[in-house]
Amino acid sequence: MAILEGKKAIIIGDRDGIPGPAIAECVNTAGADVVFSSTECFV
Amino acid sequence: MNSVIKGTSYVLVHTPDMVLHNGTTQTTERIVNPESEYLKEVPKHLRSFEDAVNYYPNQTYIGNLHPDELREVELPWYNKTMDGAKRYGKFGEIMPQEEFLLLVQASDMFEVVRLEKGFVESHKEAFMANPIISEDINARIHEGVELSEIENFVNNEDAEGLYHDGKLVGCVKRAHDIDSNLSAHVMHENLMSKASSVLALLYAVKNAGIRKEDVDYVVDCAEEACGDMNQRGGGNFAKAAAEVAGLVNATGSDLRGFCAAPTHAVIEAAALVKSGAYKTVIVTSGGCTAKLGMNGKDHLKKEIPILEDCLGGFAVVITENDGVSPEVNLDLLGRHSVGTGSAPQAVMTGLVISGLEKGGLKILDVDKYSPEMQNPDITVPAGAGDVPLANYKMIGALAAKRGEMTPKDLNDFVKNHGMIGWAPTQGHIPSGVPYIGFGIEDIKAGKVNKAMIIGKGSLFLGRMTNLFDGVSFIMQPNSGETEGGSFDKAEVKQLIAEALKDFAQNMLDKAE
Repeated sequence: MAILEGKKAIIIGDRDGIPGPAIAECVNTAGADVVFSSTECFV
Repeated sequence: MNSVIKGTSYVLVHTPDMVLHNGTTQTTERIVNPESEYLKEVPKHLRSFEDAVNYYPNQTYIGNLHPDELREVELPWYNKTMDGAKRYGKFGEIMPQEEFLLLVQASDMFEVVRLEKGFVESHKEAFMANPIISEDINARIHEGVELSEIENFVNNEDAEGLYHDGKLVGCVKRAHDIDSNLSAHVMHENLMSKASSVLALLYAVKNAGIRKEDVDYVVDCAEEACGDMNQRGGGNFAKAAAEVAGLVNATGSDLRGFCAAPTHAVIEAAALVKSGAYKTVIVTSGGCTAKLGMNGKDHLKKEIPILEDCLGGFAVVITENDGVSPEVNLDLLGRHSVGTGSAPQAVMTGLVISGLEKGGLKILDVDKYSPEMQNPDITVPAGAGDVPLANYKMIGALAAKRGEMTPKDLNDFVKNHGMIGWAPTQGHIPSGVPYIGFGIEDIKAGKVNKAMIIGKGSLFLGRMTNLFDGVSFIMQPNSGETEGGSFDKAEVKQLIAEALKDFAQNMLDKAE
């Protein structure tokens, strides 16, 4: 996951897949800076 | 004593013209790209009423095809026609747009709905011939106005047009000159929800075999908000729909929780009845115009019809225990709490396992799970995946993790404890509740012993919290006891008399 080190991340989560906060947790531990996180619903 | 689910109703309203004029995917496109090719293509990809009736999942929704039978029909379904499909089903009906517009006018108490004279004249007879439409509703139909009057409202007064076959046939006027919460757009959205809820209420009373006068309380669990600039979501859809449906002894209130609301509402209704606060409560909801054609762009890209062309509605009748109908078990409620977290595994653990553990039950002890029952024919081509299947896989994975089965049993778990989705993508409409109607039958027939209804809601869409939400409850067979049976006054008196006699005899014996 070193590819995310020092990067800025924009996260679009899926309500029926992986939600934004869960992705943000992972991305944070990989050293990225989450600048935007949202979860959307398509159903 | 547990309250029971005495009956349900499920209705659809085919509203193809509202896809173009009121679905947010299309209205947004009109704002950002008014000359869009997509908007030009939409009318060519709308289904006829007959096509909507013949569509397999719609027939399942209104009760004409059990989900087990639907699963035997190979996907895709949009290019298949069900033999013997009917407008009416044992749970409700698929109402055509022209008749629904008359029901909307009849449901309007402030004369904001205007229909053109000729349109009313052409469809009044068919509307009144519908056996579920009562005389008092028929009496509310106006003769209509001239088209020029409607054109004036639409062109000069911000009215929302009502269309049929692409032609302007009426309008919904704004209910206030400057209050955006009473704008024509909001009034249109709310009246469509209200009228489809009225239709669901009418069928629910009929299907449950109760009288309109028996209903004490109505809970509306849709996703709209009615109010004015001083109380934007003041309500009360429930009582407003109960009025039109003729539930003269009912009051009610609105419960909101995005797609989780229907399951919250059934739990609360069951608790209201079990507590003795009310004897008969109906949970009801109408449909959502905003979601019409929500995935239309993807459907067109795949060259399939726009399948999100129906408003959905449903109602669930909860009563005191009648000794026959399936019970709502309030001792095994599952819930997603504030501290549960948002990871899919944590969500499902809260919703499913937290309830089961209260009764020492395992995941495999529940015969049928009804989570989000969205129709995969709609969601898979749109890239949203097979939503029920994703839910079943997560529940099955939890069962494997807990050692109830092995990972290789997952497919069997999905087959035996799951169902294929059939409900339209109307947000709250597919969430948990679509199975309750079939669940009553399956439990009464002994095919299912325990069914879990799971509602999940995307609270974060309201931008008040990042949290997810959800609750679950279990439907189970009736214990066979009735409210009357457990409180037989004569029997209680006899028992007390016998106890006192024994006590007196005992005292006499001791004295001797």
